[in-house]
Amino acid sequence: MAKGDPGGTTRSRRAAPRSKKGAAGDPALVQLLTPEGERIDSATGPDGTEYRVDFTDEEYRGLYRDLVLVRKLDAEATALQRQGELGLWASLLGQEAAQVGSGRALRTQDMAFPTYREHGVLYCRGIDPIMPLGLFRGVDQGGWDPNEFKFNMYTIVIGAQTLHATGYAMGITIDGKTGTDDGEAAIAYFGDGATSQGDVNEAFVWASVFNAPLVFFCQNNQYAISEPLERQTRVPLYQRAAGFGFPGVRVDGNDVLATYAVTRTALDNARLGQGPSLIEAYTYRMGAHTTSDDPTRYRIASEVEAWQAKDPIARVKAFLEKQQIADAGFFAEVDEQARRESVHLRERVLEMPNPEPVTMFDHVYPNGSPLLDEQRAKFSRYMESFEGSAH
Amino acid sequence: MATETLTLGKALNTGLRRALENDPKVIIMGEDVGKLGGVFRITDGLQKDFGDQRVIDTPLAESGIIGTAVGLAIRGYRPICEIQFDGFVYPAYDQIVSQVAKMHYRSGGRLSIPMVIRIPFGGGIGAVEHHSESPEAYFAHTAGLKVVTCSNPQDAYVMIQQAIASDDPIVFLEPKRRYWEKGQVDLDAPLSDAYPLHSARVVRPGTDVTVLAYGPMVRTCLEAATAAAEDGRELEVIDLRSLSPLDLTAAYESVKRTGRAVVVHEAPSNIGLGAELAARITEECFYSLESPVLRVTGFDIPYPAARVEEEFLPDLDRVLDAVDRTFGW
Ligand SMILES: Cc1ncc(C[n+]2csc(CCOP(=O)(O)OP(=O)(O)O)c2C)c(N)n1
Ligand SMILES: [Mg+2]
Repeated sequence: MAKGDPGGTTRSRRAAPRSKKGAAGDPALVQLLTPEGERIDSATGPDGTEYRVDFTDEEYRGLYRDLVLVRKLDAEATALQRQGELGLWASLLGQEAAQVGSGRALRTQDMAFPTYREHGVLYCRGIDPIMPLGLFRGVDQGGWDPNEFKFNMYTIVIGAQTLHATGYAMGITIDGKTGTDDGEAAIAYFGDGATSQGDVNEAFVWASVFNAPLVFFCQNNQYAISEPLERQTRVPLYQRAAGFGFPGVRVDGNDVLATYAVTRTALDNARLGQGPSLIEAYTYRMGAHTTSDDPTRYRIASEVEAWQAKDPIARVKAFLEKQQIADAGFFAEVDEQARRESVHLRERVLEMPNPEPVTMFDHVYPNGSPLLDEQRAKFSRYMESFEGSAH
Repeated sequence: MATETLTLGKALNTGLRRALENDPKVIIMGEDVGKLGGVFRITDGLQKDFGDQRVIDTPLAESGIIGTAVGLAIRGYRPICEIQFDGFVYPAYDQIVSQVAKMHYRSGGRLSIPMVIRIPFGGGIGAVEHHSESPEAYFAHTAGLKVVTCSNPQDAYVMIQQAIASDDPIVFLEPKRRYWEKGQVDLDAPLSDAYPLHSARVVRPGTDVTVLAYGPMVRTCLEAATAAAEDGRELEVIDLRSLSPLDLTAAYESVKRTGRAVVVHEAPSNIGLGAELAARITEECFYSLESPVLRVTGFDIPYPAARVEEEFLPDLDRVLDAVDRTFGW
């Protein structure tokens, strides 16, 4: 996938449907594994790029394991919220393949900028799934060192992180870390709703103008809370890229293989110095927006059922079975591991202590501030004044 | 006289409905305000009854919401913009501060922007970051904007309609933790007879200390007053209601009697509303004061994690502590 020239004439012209290997009914969609579990050898993107994967049996099983684990941990978090142990949870249910496919496509040196829903990408980065739960439990700000994990903190303000990712990617270029196979790239996650934000559109402009080694990874899960996609766009989202001067591709976001292939290619192009690209992972939010949301107010059951038939995990399982890559013993073992890890996660969440109130004054400034020193001291004296009383 | 028991949220919803009924130029716009009725259901049922041309689900872009509302206002509409949460108003800050606030001035008075920007604000609901902020000072500091907030269902019902009827752009702050609190609402009293929008109100008379509050903290201060009364101290609680312009007539009169004033808000203290109130009261009531004007506020930190928000937010005890301290001078 070459970088579109800013004049935007050559590459975007080829966006015409290439039906031969695309998914039935949607020629633009890059797909390598059908909902029925049929493998497609290769698929062609709108700019002519050929996508394929060549995994070992072991690797196929690994992807399945990731998908199951990610779903199970997510379900556990939802359950914890229902039981009052978390204040809120934003479930990734239905988006496992988009997250595992792209998350596994990242190389160690690549940097990811998530929203609040990228628990699956976090898992693939090898990060302890407990990490974001402090934020949702309300015991901390959910912070970690983005550079340590090559995974930025969650960003709740819609779209803001796409600019951060762009700046980070500009830094990669300035540092001379592109142009070779082992160069660096960044990936910015965001939703379909986010594409309306000014920040995201500014990120497109900047990334394009500065040829930033960045992949814009949009999980189009069809909804921004209650608002359907049509409220954000009149064109397929991946086509927006052309107007900004870089390539865009729509991938079946429920197909972990295609998502992997498309993301790997985009990241590698970026690290080679060919600039940004946009991936629209076409998927569906199977659950509520968050645990506070009631989707029955704005969408119908039959729509959800139609997407249920495109489940990202069922198709991998069907494929593994058909190809005899995995047997019942394997599936049982994965389920058992998922159960164990979710129990372990639950136990640790329940043990997360409430913070000492006085710690709220910490880390406002790297070197403190006289105003806060004074407020902290007053606060401590005030709290002590209650000791021994009924409070 | 038809009075009904409504929650504050339902009172706002009913007020919005009235405004849509009474003026075809009134329109509502925001994220998820249509079918969903807003994440707090304040616009519940309105799109169904008034259509999607008058109750508009917007694309997800706050600057877009306010910027397009400016254009609609120029064309004669009276847009009511819902910002989903306090922490998400900032992408629209430029439009609000540089455009909305200045249009009337820049046009030499030829143009008005009769816009209402509704923002659920404040903490107390155990939310994650960006969902509990108190940004009132940013707006009250801006010339050309008016800023009001309600503390009970009756005021919510009346004030939202007054704000919509006003030719000024008004930031209308809704105390989200109080959305579910109930009160009597008189649905029939004509708006023209209503208590003026930009006037403060004494909500509990008292003789010993004047307590100034607004929005979510009014209830907290009333509870403090009840507790203080048990100890033989009478607090006079004033609900400011309008944060810009401030109406301090009642406050001055009160402080001249009590000699003591405590200002309470959730927002951090540094350069906040409380500082302005303390300065003005000091200037106006200097010779009556028995103690400095004290502030009970959130701390000067980003809004903390939910599990410590109880300690961050002013509560009954902190109000009473400040009341006590006014007697220590
Ligand atoms: C600037 C801003 N405005 C509003 C919100 C409230 N909000 C949280 S998630 C959301 C919808 C996001 O939709 P999308 O970008 O499609 O991501 P999804 O939640 O579907 O993953 C909204 C409006 C916010 N977090 N930030
Ligand atoms: Mg979405």
